[in-house]
Amino acid sequence: MTKHLLTTVGMERAELEGLLDSANEFSAVLQRAIPKVPALQGLTVATLFFEASTRTRLSFERAAKALSADVMSFAPSTSSLSKGESLKDTALTLKAMGADIMVVRHGATGAPWRVAEWTDCPVVNGGDGAHQHPTQALLDSLTIRNHFGKLDGLRIGIVGDIRHSRVARSDLYAFAALGAEVTLIAPPTLLPLDVTGWPVKVSTDLDEVLPELDVVYLLRVQIERGGSTVFPSLPEYVTGYGLTLERFSRLHPDAVVMHPGPMNRGVEIAPEIADHPRSLVLDQVTAGVAVRMAVLFQLGTGLVKS
Amino acid sequence: MPQVMTADDLRRAIRRIAHEILERHQGAERVILVGIHSRGVPLAEQLAEAIDELEGVKLPVGELDIGMYRDDLGKRPNTRLSRTLIPVDLTGEQVVLVDDVLYTGRTVRAALDALLSLGRPARVELAVIVDRGHRQLPIRPDYVGKNLPTSHDDRVFVRLPEVDGEAGVWMLTPGEEQR
Repeated sequence: MTKHLLTTVGMERAELEGLLDSANEFSAVLQRAIPKVPALQGLTVATLFFEASTRTRLSFERAAKALSADVMSFAPSTSSLSKGESLKDTALTLKAMGADIMVVRHGATGAPWRVAEWTDCPVVNGGDGAHQHPTQALLDSLTIRNHFGKLDGLRIGIVGDIRHSRVARSDLYAFAALGAEVTLIAPPTLLPLDVTGWPVKVSTDLDEVLPELDVVYLLRVQIERGGSTVFPSLPEYVTGYGLTLERFSRLHPDAVVMHPGPMNRGVEIAPEIADHPRSLVLDQVTAGVAVRMAVLFQLGTGLVKS
Repeated sequence: MPQVMTADDLRRAIRRIAHEILERHQGAERVILVGIHSRGVPLAEQLAEAIDELEGVKLPVGELDIGMYRDDLGKRPNTRLSRTLIPVDLTGEQVVLVDDVLYTGRTVRAALDALLSLGRPARVELAVIVDRGHRQLPIRPDYVGKNLPTSHDDRVFVRLPEVDGEAGVWMLTPGEEQR
C-alpha cells in the first residue's frame, strides 16, 4: 500500500514521536559543514503548489535536496494551469516525467487525496483549503517538544481565525495526541460552526485564558481573505485578540509565543514580541526543513532503487 | 539453537580486543570508540570499560546510525533512525568502529560514509565480535572476537544484556529447530 502524509487526524502518538525523533537526527545533519545525506539518491520529489507559498515550498525543496533527491517544481503562474490544464492532468504529467513523491498544495479541500488516487505516488499534503497542513503540525510539535522536552500536560492556546485555518485543524490533533491540552481562542465569528469531536476546549475570552497558557499560538489574520466581513475592524481585533505587550506581560514567565508566518506585525502580534527571545518563530522555520526531511525519508525509503 | 560463545567467552573476547587496541596504539592517545547501532553501541561501551580497567583511561564513546547511508533503502521501507552522537571532533582522531557481526561488509561501508561525513579522522579501524565471512566488499576487520565459518543461510545472533537481557553468541542453521 502506498504511504502518504495527508492529515494529522487519527495519527497516533507513536507515529508522531517516530517522525519527530527522526526529524531531530535530520536537524543534526542540517548543522553539519556539508548538510546533505545520500538517502534518497535517484528519487524525484515534485512540488505542486496551486496556491501562493514561499516558505513551505522552499522548505520542502530544501529538505528534498538535503536528502539528495531531485526536485521538480510546479507553480501555477508559470504553468499551463493558465491554459486550463486540470489538476489531474498536471499530476499525471509530472508522474509521467518521473516524479516519485508529490507534495501538493491546493485551495480546494481534499485535492491531495485526489492526486494520491490518480497517481499512486506517495503524496504529502502541503496544505489543502482550510482543511489540513500536517507538516506544519509536525514542525510545531517538534519546536514545542525541543523547547519544553515534551508536550504532555502543556496548555496550548491557538488564537485567531480558527474557522479558516488549516494550521489550527492540523495542529490541534497532533498537540492533543502528544498529550497537550488545546484551547481554541477566537471571536465567535472566527470559530468553526461545529467542533463536536475535536479534542479541544473553546473560549472567546483571550484575557481569561492567557495566564494559564504555556504556549500562545497566534494565527495570521487573513486580511486578504476579507477580514472585514468577520470582524468589524483590525483595531478591534487587536483590542480583543492581538498579543500586545500588555498581554505578553501577563503570560506565565516560561510561556512562549509561536506563529506559522507570515506575520502581520502589529495585528495579531506586537512587533517587539515577534523578535523576543520567547518567540519561537524562527525555531519553527528551522524545524520545518528537518521535519520535511523526516517525512520524505519515511515515504521515500521503500522507493529507492539500489 | 547452538551457542557458539558464552557470556564468559564474550567478556574475554572484549578484554582481548581492549588489549589489542592498547597495544597497537601504544596506549589510548586520541582513540575514540564509535559503536554502530544498535548492538555496536553497548559493545563500544563495554570495550571502553575494559580499556579503563586495564589502562585507567576513559575513552570517548560515540554512536553512529547508518540509516541515511544504506545502499538497500529500497528494500527497507520502514527504516527507523537512531541517534548519531560523536562527543569529540573527529578530525585527526583514531577511530575504532565497533559492531557485533561482520558479514557482507555493506554495513561497514555505510558506516564509513556516515563517519566521514562528520569529520576527517586520521585513521579508522574496525572491531567486531564475530567475523562470519562472505564479504561482498573489500573490507576487513582489525580486531575480531571470533572467526566463525558459516554458510550463507546461517543466521548469527550476538545478544547483549543492554539490548536482549542475556549475553552470548548463537548460530541458527536453517532446518535446525529454533530453541
